[in-house]
Amino acid sequence: MQLDGYATSERLDLTFAALADPTRRAILARLATGAATVTELGEPFEMSQPAISKHLKVLERAGLISMDVDAQRRPRKLEPQRLDEAVEWIERYREIFEQSYQRLDALLEELQAKPPRRKRTRK
Amino acid sequence: MPNPAEVTLPSDREVRVTRTFNAPRQLVWDAHTRPEHVKKWQGYDGWDMSVADMDVRVGGKYKWQWKSREDGKQFGFFGTFTEVDGPSKIVHEQYFDPGDLGFGMPEGDPCIVSLELSEQNGVTTLVCNLKFASKEARDGAVSTGMTDGMEHSYSRLDDLLKAAA
Repeated sequence: MQLDGYATSERLDLTFAALADPTRRAILARLATGAATVTELGEPFEMSQPAISKHLKVLERAGLISMDVDAQRRPRKLEPQRLDEAVEWIERYREIFEQSYQRLDALLEELQAKPPRRKRTRK
Repeated sequence: MPNPAEVTLPSDREVRVTRTFNAPRQLVWDAHTRPEHVKKWQGYDGWDMSVADMDVRVGGKYKWQWKSREDGKQFGFFGTFTEVDGPSKIVHEQYFDPGDLGFGMPEGDPCIVSLELSEQNGVTTLVCNLKFASKEARDGAVSTGMTDGMEHSYSRLDDLLKAAA
């Protein structure tokens, strides 16, 4: 995934900002199981409809959800590709570091290994 | 087994990696500052660290290079140490040298890499903070060239929710 240009960077930023809120993450989790209307999405929260709609707008702007305008109740649905992009990006960072750190674990174990003695304790 | 590395984004141009190690802080420090140790662990699957020149003091320079096992291509990083406070903190400027790879990050200001170590009950916590010159530099630092060969088959949303919680 080669990232270049302002557009993609901005998209990532919108995505991360959208994901930074627990309510929005919960909304995404709900939508991962299927499309839902604003009313349905608001049910688990003690939150006014306008407040939920505000969250939905942030998610829509980030491209994480979309709305079926033709349907009468205009359900929202998850746009998984945008989310995949963000997760994949953050995962790549993590993977790069984790690979190295696992090798470091092995080295540290090696450095701490002592030749066998009578009273030997290992943490 | 230590907890795997965690990645957070403290700002729009930073990446922060946190990891614990079952070892005293001095050892983790040594592993990061002695070339003979650094060569054994730092880097990328499929690449060997061919150069690890390090003059670990304020104002001292370093050069790291990796060589691909597949085709011998090389790339690396270089820069200067700006803070050295063993065994708890070390900061360096990091410039990318694309070498044979044919792509690169925006030229200009370096990434500032800061490493902080703390120890409790024989477990060392490492916090590595990378502050890029810009959003674009940060976002572009992870690119296909370096990460080809990694396979990801996660349940995307689950993992993200876990990481973000």
